[in-house]
Amino acid sequence: MMVLVSYDVQTGDPGGARRLRRIARALKDHGQRVQYSVFECDVEPAQWAILKQRLLGEFEPDKDSLRFYHLGGNWHRRIEHHGAKPAIDLDGPLLF
Amino acid sequence: MKQHLNTLYVQTEGAWLRREGETVVVVIDGVERASLPVHKLDGVVCFGRVGLSAPLMGFCAERNVAVSFLSPNGRFLARVVGPQGGNVLLRRRQYRLADDPDGAAAVAAALIVGKTLNQRTVLRRALRDHGPSMTDEARMSVKAAERRLTDVARRLRATNALDSVRGLEGEAGRSYFAVFDRLLRVADPALRFRGRSRRPPLDPVNAVLSFLYAMLGHDCRSAIEVTGLDAAVGFLHRDRPGRPGLALDLMEELRAPLADRLALSMFNRRQLGPRDFDRSGTGAFTLMDDARRRVLVAWQERKREEIHHPFLGERTAIGLIPSLQAQLLSRCLRGDLDGYPPFVWK
Repeated sequence: MMVLVSYDVQTGDPGGARRLRRIARALKDHGQRVQYSVFECDVEPAQWAILKQRLLGEFEPDKDSLRFYHLGGNWHRRIEHHGAKPAIDLDGPLLF
Repeated sequence: MKQHLNTLYVQTEGAWLRREGETVVVVIDGVERASLPVHKLDGVVCFGRVGLSAPLMGFCAERNVAVSFLSPNGRFLARVVGPQGGNVLLRRRQYRLADDPDGAAAVAAALIVGKTLNQRTVLRRALRDHGPSMTDEARMSVKAAERRLTDVARRLRATNALDSVRGLEGEAGRSYFAVFDRLLRVADPALRFRGRSRRPPLDPVNAVLSFLYAMLGHDCRSAIEVTGLDAAVGFLHRDRPGRPGLALDLMEELRAPLADRLALSMFNRRQLGPRDFDRSGTGAFTLMDDARRRVLVAWQERKREEIHHPFLGERTAIGLIPSLQAQLLSRCLRGDLDGYPPFVWK
């Protein structure tokens, strides 16, 4: 299933930069960065539970925000991209 | 049901792969081209001068991602293996059965029945697809070969000796490859198939077949290793140092539906032509870079297609078939199944 994750982290306060970095790293481990604070994660339910736990453990509920959009299994139909930096289809041929 | 995972192919000269967190990072000319989460991968195949960092190799071994190094033409050079997984009792069973002439012959016969029936399906599909475009003479000879394959499959069911299995396999292979050229719809004399040749392949069709067999071999071998069987000890292919006998066994039934059929379609759809091949002084044909890329893309796309698995009665991605067959083989070794059910393509 595909989960789109976007986040806002208050980088002004102490520890903000650290939280930003750690949230980005958790998302990178499970998905693909499609815009600066937006990741697409194609994960199994069990992997999603782990990732979600990791994200919720990092962020500060009164300063940062996290948004999860569940696109389900039929997500290919639900995403349309225009412009620069198209995402790599991780299910398609991976050939470099 | 296991998910069909992707294989990463890297063929760019000088590409470098490294680990970053839980991802495989592809760097080409100093530029980060992709960062792929490892949970989407089950294999990495490197062609030619491609490097992998040692931490990444360790990481792949830990995560059961098969890493193979191949020459630019797809000849197998080396691979990275982690600790032998699976169950030692299962492997002991495998060795005992391989040492038992009757038991080994029974599995080998089942594998070759599958191979023969699948070769027959390739011929039947071609007869159906080509329709009236085939000359009467070609149609007659393909039909005759198809009948011979049916006959071989019937005789295989009655064999109980390895030598006669091998003999019948040879007979099936000869009938099949004798008419293989008739299945090519392109008129170009440069694309004729004159019998199977390898090391080196002496015509474009053989070059594509050899290349696809190398890709299929990689998949079969990792499927076997993930299942916990020993890829070196086969039933039909006897032990020889450095030879993955069981992977070759498992490949037999999958060559025709997965590789041969794809090679035929690529030529017949004119996705490959005589200009896509390089001919060396020794007469060996190899795929040029761009054509190899097209073959790999087609191969990957074919693996994503879904197919009905007749024994399991489920729809499954073609790319999962090697793993499913390896699992059926281990169930048969454990005694949960009376015999090995080969994959028979309808």
